[in-house]
Amino acid sequence: MVALLILIPLIGIIILNMLPRETAKRTAFWFAMAIFMAQIFIALSQHTLFSGREAVEFYLVHGTALAIDSLGVIMLLSIGIVALPSLIVGQCMLSDRNELFRFINLLIITTIGMTGIIIVRDIFTLYVFLEITAVASFVLIAFRKDINGLEGAFKYLMLSAIATVLILTSIALILISSCGTSFAAIHEALAQSGSNPLIVFAIVIFICGLLIKGGLVPFHGWLPDAYMAAPAPVSILLGGIVTKAAGIYTLIRMAASVFIFDERIRTMLMLLGTISILAGAFAALGQKNFKRMLAYSSISQIGYIVLGFGTGTALGIAGAVFHLFNHAIFKSLLFVNAAAVEKQVGTNDMQKMGGLSSRMPVTGATSVIGMLSTSGIPPFAGFWSKLIIIIALWQSAYYSYAAIAIMASVVTLAYFLYMQRTVFFGELAVGLENIKEANFGFVLTSSILAAITIGVGLFFPIIFNIFFMPVKEILVK
Amino acid sequence: MINDMNINLLLLVLMTIATMWTVMGRSLLKATIGLAVTSAVLTILMFRLNSPLAAVFELSVCTGLITVVFVSTISLTKPLTHKEIIERSKARHKRFGYLPFVMILAGVALYFLKIPNDFAGMADKYIAAQAAAPDPRRVIWDVRQLDLFGQIILMIAGALGVVILFVEGKDKDER
Repeated sequence: MVALLILIPLIGIIILNMLPRETAKRTAFWFAMAIFMAQIFIALSQHTLFSGREAVEFYLVHGTALAIDSLGVIMLLSIGIVALPSLIVGQCMLSDRNELFRFINLLIITTIGMTGIIIVRDIFTLYVFLEITAVASFVLIAFRKDINGLEGAFKYLMLSAIATVLILTSIALILISSCGTSFAAIHEALAQSGSNPLIVFAIVIFICGLLIKGGLVPFHGWLPDAYMAAPAPVSILLGGIVTKAAGIYTLIRMAASVFIFDERIRTMLMLLGTISILAGAFAALGQKNFKRMLAYSSISQIGYIVLGFGTGTALGIAGAVFHLFNHAIFKSLLFVNAAAVEKQVGTNDMQKMGGLSSRMPVTGATSVIGMLSTSGIPPFAGFWSKLIIIIALWQSAYYSYAAIAIMASVVTLAYFLYMQRTVFFGELAVGLENIKEANFGFVLTSSILAAITIGVGLFFPIIFNIFFMPVKEILVK
Repeated sequence: MINDMNINLLLLVLMTIATMWTVMGRSLLKATIGLAVTSAVLTILMFRLNSPLAAVFELSVCTGLITVVFVSTISLTKPLTHKEIIERSKARHKRFGYLPFVMILAGVALYFLKIPNDFAGMADKYIAAQAAAPDPRRVIWDVRQLDLFGQIILMIAGALGVVILFVEGKDKDER
């Protein structure tokens, strides 16, 4: 069943490209829709609640270990939930049917790459799927072939190449002391030779490679340009899930289950997480471009995830994964709204906007929900995940980190209030009198994402206990 | 005086020079040739370091197949005028001129930092496991099947990239 998550889209893409051109273009959207829905269904069906089995399931496909555990379920769910808005927004924004067809192909390939990252349990196969995700992302960022897109893609390509070199070098060094490439074999070998300086060096450069892919400060150089320059549906995918699957999920998986998650790694992650929270939040304050501000906001929110994970406690890890899921949803929502505004107004420059709520009521209202959730205002989902991270920090006696996390939330609220006031509230800007609400695709997508944000917030105790607390199992005893 | 280690070091220097030439050259085609030379030297190094299978892969895929793919892609792009080539070449030298010095400095620093480079002790277990491992060709087909699927997906992504970024661009230019 698990291998089908990769094989069906792969075979589907090959068949799709072999069909007569017109038939392929007509069916591509529905084919992609079916794949992403199936992904959500399979992810849920693998959860203990529905399957009745133990959380961790292993499937051996010709010697390669594949698995979905509680963390995998959440990630697969997030991928499906974010890929759908990206697809729908792509359908709304790309008028050229050839472009749309190619976009859908790349979107499916990116989701295959991310799915592979989630389910493999072999370090080299993990590397292969990281590269699939990266290559598809380069092309997606440069999709419009304008100078900004090419620059953003080039920056991502260069930094991703550095990440690749670091990860491959690390794998080579780790393999010197390990007999196999499976996570279990590597963990066993590292447990015996973990204090060797060479192994410590290998682990550090592996983590640095993942931090580049995750866009954490100081490895974030590519992220704002890529998010801003990419077409709207690609920004949703990148901001919603790609950096999280390729960078942050892999970091969590490797640090907790494969490497020795000791004090040194935890301290390093907490420091980088805190720097990212602050740098991202303060950089977002000064932005005039809607998407660029969301990009810096993403850096800040990813910092929260890494900070929570860095505590190393069960609650901290559950909180980090909860925030990862929430961020995937509310950041996708905000990017969908940015896309709707870009489509209707024709720009992302916030200075040229104002009073759009009167013309785009659904976009304006859902934007408030996304903004409040990101800022950690109750009862939205983002409030609970930030609260859990802060409680985990407090319980572990990291008082100063907890204080910084709270203070940064205030900064987050400040820049989002500025965004909301400049774009949606106040008097209607000159020249925007004829603006109408975005079309049904945007409205439907943003409404569903907003409903998830509210729903997760309202039913937090049930959802957190069933889906997120079991994530602590990833910590290898 | 010329022992095995020195030959390997000479090859390493040669590979570095070829890489520099690839990055700093003014023509895409020459850069492709530079990359092929880099791969060819790496192939020799791999043979010398007792990794014949990896060497064969490097030679066939990186020196052969990848070069063909690059040349095909370059043929789809619009060539620059002579003036543009000269201008870009100057700009590139200005931008990357410091690279050789950085490489030399890094080499000297690594030498003086005495980074451990004797992996023989650590690798004992790995070498023993390798000796008992099945034929690498069987491993690729039987054990690493998912990686092969991964490579197929990567190739599709690459092909789509070429179509989107180069072929369409050429069509638009021609129109």
